Amino acid sequence: MKLRKVYMDHAAAMPVDLRVFEAMKPYFTGNYGNPSSSHSFGASARNALMESREKVARLVGAEKPEGIIFTSGGTESNNLAIKGVAYRNEKKGNHIITTTIEHISVINICKRLQKQGFEITYVPVDKQGMVDPEKLKDEITDKTILISVMYANGEIGTIQPIREIGKIAQENQIYFHVDAVAAAGKIPINVKEENINLLSISSNDMYGPKGIGALYIKKGTRIQAVTQGGGQERGLRSGTENIPSIVGMGKAAEIGQEEMVAEGRRLSRLRDKLIKGVLETIERSYLNGHPTKRLPNNANLRFSYIEGESLILGLDMLGIQVSSGSACTSKTLEPSHALLAIGLAHEEAHGSLVFTMGKQNSEEDVNYVLEVLPGVVKRLRAMSPLTPKEMLR
Amino acid sequence: MYSEKVMDHFMSPRNVGEIPDADGVGTVGNPVCGDLMTVYIKVKDNRLADVKFKTFGCGAAVATSSMITELAKGKTIEEALKITRGDVAESLGGLPPIKMHCSNLAADALHVAIKNYLEKKEAKK
Repeated sequence: MKLRKVYMDHAAAMPVDLRVFEAMKPYFTGNYGNPSSSHSFGASARNALMESREKVARLVGAEKPEGIIFTSGGTESNNLAIKGVAYRNEKKGNHIITTTIEHISVINICKRLQKQGFEITYVPVDKQGMVDPEKLKDEITDKTILISVMYANGEIGTIQPIREIGKIAQENQIYFHVDAVAAAGKIPINVKEENINLLSISSNDMYGPKGIGALYIKKGTRIQAVTQGGGQERGLRSGTENIPSIVGMGKAAEIGQEEMVAEGRRLSRLRDKLIKGVLETIERSYLNGHPTKRLPNNANLRFSYIEGESLILGLDMLGIQVSSGSACTSKTLEPSHALLAIGLAHEEAHGSLVFTMGKQNSEEDVNYVLEVLPGVVKRLRAMSPLTPKEMLR
Repeated sequence: MYSEKVMDHFMSPRNVGEIPDADGVGTVGNPVCGDLMTVYIKVKDNRLADVKFKTFGCGAAVATSSMITELAKGKTIEEALKITRGDVAESLGGLPPIKMHCSNLAADALHVAIKNYLEKKEAKK
């Protein structure tokens, strides 16, 4: 068997699209102006900044480019959105509703706010990782100032009923923040139609450079800065703008929007082939997350009796790079909270593998994974004291 | 993340399996935490004639299990009881700090297996 290089860990990191890289290049050594300068170099940087804002705004269906604030990435966008709204609207109320399946940044921001006197409700999800909008609605009180729900979970792939939740938020006049880091550039988003007040996105999750992201803020949303400085980005995100990366993110958003439909269709076909192939050939293997309402590039599978880090190492030796929700792959030695949120036992969560595909993945890659994965699983199961004896015969 | 030696023992583990008529069996860890290992020993003339293992866990858990079987095989009971977690990690060219406690359980499993053997021996008297 020929060894093949198959990178399927795009939720962890993505390559920068070459067209993005080309677009960024002029802004390092030639066109290096500061948008705040009054001279022509400043004007050129201002134009680049404006163009990128327009491109990012178009990707998420924002009415005006001014609604886009550039940040250092998804984590900072989530901090600005949630803390910014909480602190600014504290007099109105101190209650925030979120879910048990949010990205760790949202969970940890909420924990911090809780220590500062805010009340946080974590709405549970069902076994497929889905939030029930009605359950969420029941948690609303006259003190609720913010609802924060992710668009899609990058680990288990489940896409949330954002439109329904947006409607509930609007009817109750509560701000609605959506962490769309895992979704942007992969599935269509429309902040206007979905009644979203704040939307976090990240550049590297759509083939742009790392270290840059954006927060969409609907006009009229009461929010305050969480960092202080020279007043850039409407005073909400001070600090000299990172023009090369902003240009890169703009280009990535533009390409993402143009290619989303075709690429989404291609990837979901590969995803379904991978899921079906694994479930059919490997006994006691299961799909985590929703069977249909899931990100086009995500397949999260789990295998009984074995542990995720060994699976990763075994596959890595065969040229395949993937992730796991196992405790042994985390810094905290706790399994993924998303897997626990969908009701998995710890030992089940340890045996999960996350495949996130991207542009360079082909059907041959999926075939290769399907060819070698059963052997890796079999080898580890033969070693495990948990494997029932009859399975080893 | 792992040394070459760890990867070698992970990819080609030594002495995997069970000893059906083992003289001592030791299990440590918990699948809830992500690591569970069982060590089987066969004793002849106060020496570990055979040592085998079965492990559920990460790369470090498998590698340390494999290494303990190599370190313990042929040793007397007294010598084997002196093998520490540190010896196992050192023989593998070191382990990442985060793995030193959670996955470095092989020496414990061996010691439990030996105690099991000694208890059985005591009971027979």
